[in-house]
Amino acid sequence: MAAQLQHLGYEDEKLQRVMERLPCRDVQASMLLALMGEQCSYPSIFIYGHRATGKSHVIHTLLKELELPYATVSCVECVSVGLLFEQVLLSLFGSDSASLLSRSPSLSDFVRVYKQLCVQASAKQTRYIVLDRAELLRDMEANLLPAFLRLQELVEDNVTVILLSEIVWDKFRPNTGCFEPLLLHFPDYSKGELQQILSEDSHPSYSPELYSAFINILLGVFYSVCRDLRELRHLAALHFSKFVEPLEQGKESDTHKLWRNIEPHLKKAMQTVYLREVSSVQWEQQLQMEEKEAGVVRGLSAHAHVELPYYSKFLLIAAYLASYNPARTDKRFFLKHHGKIKKTNFLKKHEKTSNHLLGPKPFPLDRLLAIFYSVVDSRVAPTASVFCQISSLVTLQLLNQVGHDDQLDAPKYKCAVSLDFILTISRCVYPMLYCPLVTDWNHCQTPASAAL
Amino acid sequence: MSKRKVKETHMPVGECISQVQMILRERFCHQRLPEKPVGMESQHKHLLELLRRTAVHGESNSVLIVGPRGSGKTMLLNCVLRELLEVKDVNKNVLPVHLNGLLQTDDRIALKEITRQLNLENVVGDKVFGSFAENLAFLLEALKKGDRSSSRPVLFILDEFDLFAHHKNQTLLYNLLDVSQSAQAPVAVIGLTCRLDVLELLEKRVKSRFSHRQIHLLSSLSFIQYLDNVRSQLSLPQDFPDTKFYDEWNDSIKTLCEDQLVVDVLQSHYNSSKDFRSLHLLLMLALSRVSASKPAIKPTDLLEASRVCMVDSKANILHGLSILELCLIIAMKHLNDIYEGEPFNFQMVHNEFKKFLQRKSHSIHNFDKPVVIKAFEHLQQLELIKSMDSSTAKIQKEYQLMKLLLDHSQIMEALQKYPQCPTDVKQWAMSAFG
Repeated sequence: MAAQLQHLGYEDEKLQRVMERLPCRDVQASMLLALMGEQCSYPSIFIYGHRATGKSHVIHTLLKELELPYATVSCVECVSVGLLFEQVLLSLFGSDSASLLSRSPSLSDFVRVYKQLCVQASAKQTRYIVLDRAELLRDMEANLLPAFLRLQELVEDNVTVILLSEIVWDKFRPNTGCFEPLLLHFPDYSKGELQQILSEDSHPSYSPELYSAFINILLGVFYSVCRDLRELRHLAALHFSKFVEPLEQGKESDTHKLWRNIEPHLKKAMQTVYLREVSSVQWEQQLQMEEKEAGVVRGLSAHAHVELPYYSKFLLIAAYLASYNPARTDKRFFLKHHGKIKKTNFLKKHEKTSNHLLGPKPFPLDRLLAIFYSVVDSRVAPTASVFCQISSLVTLQLLNQVGHDDQLDAPKYKCAVSLDFILTISRCVYPMLYCPLVTDWNHCQTPASAAL
Repeated sequence: MSKRKVKETHMPVGECISQVQMILRERFCHQRLPEKPVGMESQHKHLLELLRRTAVHGESNSVLIVGPRGSGKTMLLNCVLRELLEVKDVNKNVLPVHLNGLLQTDDRIALKEITRQLNLENVVGDKVFGSFAENLAFLLEALKKGDRSSSRPVLFILDEFDLFAHHKNQTLLYNLLDVSQSAQAPVAVIGLTCRLDVLELLEKRVKSRFSHRQIHLLSSLSFIQYLDNVRSQLSLPQDFPDTKFYDEWNDSIKTLCEDQLVVDVLQSHYNSSKDFRSLHLLLMLALSRVSASKPAIKPTDLLEASRVCMVDSKANILHGLSILELCLIIAMKHLNDIYEGEPFNFQMVHNEFKKFLQRKSHSIHNFDKPVVIKAFEHLQQLELIKSMDSSTAKIQKEYQLMKLLLDHSQIMEALQKYPQCPTDVKQWAMSAFG
């Protein structure tokens, strides 16, 4: 492979060093080097691939190690176009070049200043401008992306723009077309390659075989869910200490037993750290506290630990029932003496569509109160305290207000919590009965079923 | 031409290859102008005649060059300008002003750019003008030569002409075309655009001042001409220093273009697009595989380059998804089949996935709902699914309606290529009723 690139004039040992730092990316790196060539290259190259497939890493390693003139900008940092231009000029032409730009420069200013600076420092080698997270360029000014794709033509200089993105090129193309860049794909790592790369940052005091066994176990649990190299490295770093704990304590040394030890932790991690419900610091503290007291992991999502006043819980249950059951079934569920409900043609056609799949429906305040009074277990007077609990539920975003704010006489609401949350609440409220009301309704979605 | 025979120099292969790369890359990447543009002789003649009338005889003109992206509009114009400026008188007199719709997004910026390119910044100084027309008239007045009878001809070249039509009131276009109609100063307004309907974009007063002269560059090359073009693009020029290498290279290119594999590849490219730019892209990819150890372009290089050009990017992205995400995509495909493309939400997809897990799956673990939501959101970030309404209405994210931006055949193809796909997942995908 080095023989192929020999003609490009780079020293062999530099190339060797570069290739060592880019494991499993030889093909892509050599293709890029061949495209970059010695003197000049295609005006714009678009590199796409999943997250953590090494796009930025490969480009930056190549450009830095081979000492090519380049400017790299991450489009996330550029809230205004001027920041982008400044950074490019700073990196390519030195620190006093950016002062030539006016306060809020337009693209025309940028091209003019670039041309000026080019005349003073002409390029013998291609200059590279690397734009990371290029999908954000689409949301900036409309002329920015097409102009960068043909920057070489506009500034009349030997410059190549490299765009890096997660999203495919078909989504970038403007309406009237543009200069098509050269498309390059960075494929995802296979399981073997992930194993190879993850095993590289092994802990110095343990053998590499032990670490690769650990990585094997980790991949076995997480590979079907996540292939992102960064996430897997984060998880590996978090769990390795727990993995070798028995080894340190001198209890076990068999890999099989170590695996049995770590597996429930990995499964728990999938519910918490992987979902970022719990930060890694909290997780580590949790692991330390494990021996002393078994505390429940407090996640980030509010639903795990929000405490509501007594009547608010009933109000929320009533809201859930109002949202997910059609109004015509109220008579049957809440009245002692109700008649039969006839099944109309409309009902027959829409039998299959369950409300649980379509989402909550809005309901008026009166209906909420009616259900509330029948659900609550004691006599409640309609005081202002009950009504203001409804407003606080809206503020907590457990209920959503539908319709205009000005509608004071008949406000409409929608329930914004899931069934699991309601079941958790109802367990507190109906400790004896385990909420037959809610589970019953869960099954009786169509009014015709369930002979009550 | 010197009678003396050029001394035959022999360079090492590595140096020859560097030279070859430099020459060919200048052609493909830097859009170096060819001797004569291929396949546009009549357009070349027409444009040259028009510009000569302005430059030499002082007649004002306006013309639009219309053609799809990559068909050679800028190349044609630059060739014509190069030929025009070879005449000495013209070279001294004519002032070209290059404006680009992408850069000059405003008429004010455009006017400053015109002032700068005509080198009249000192003359304008700090003057304040009442209107655009006054400013432009002042600039053109300043170009008059000493005896006040004639003025230097100015060629206004407007790239991305259709973008100028979106400026407020189209003042720049109106004034330029106004000047070209009245006899103030000899100007030629040349617009280059890719839109065929560009005249619909112009206001009535602007359209009436335009001469309605259009030069269309709809590439009319036949396949044989296309092949000839490929051969000439890849061949080295006469003045290459090493004659032995020059002969070898050109012979290898000739045999390359007669190879059936190459002809098939070029035929499929010709069928999808005839323009120069996509050809340059293909040849650039093939050229990048030439090195000192492999100093010629082989048919496999072109085949590989063609494969890289024609690949489906979404299929590549699907290849890198995790199993869970792939199962969600298959669930969405089934929903699309059953409900004929109606939008779905996360709950429906999760329901479908749970049905699969209960009935048919052995290898997929029953993941928790938040983990499945995270996979769903990853698909949203990759823009494989899109939310139907962009309103910020407070709908819970599980119930927001989405649609799938993938085709049935794309998903099936991706499944074939997916590494180590479990068989129950594949069978689920291919079954008709989910």
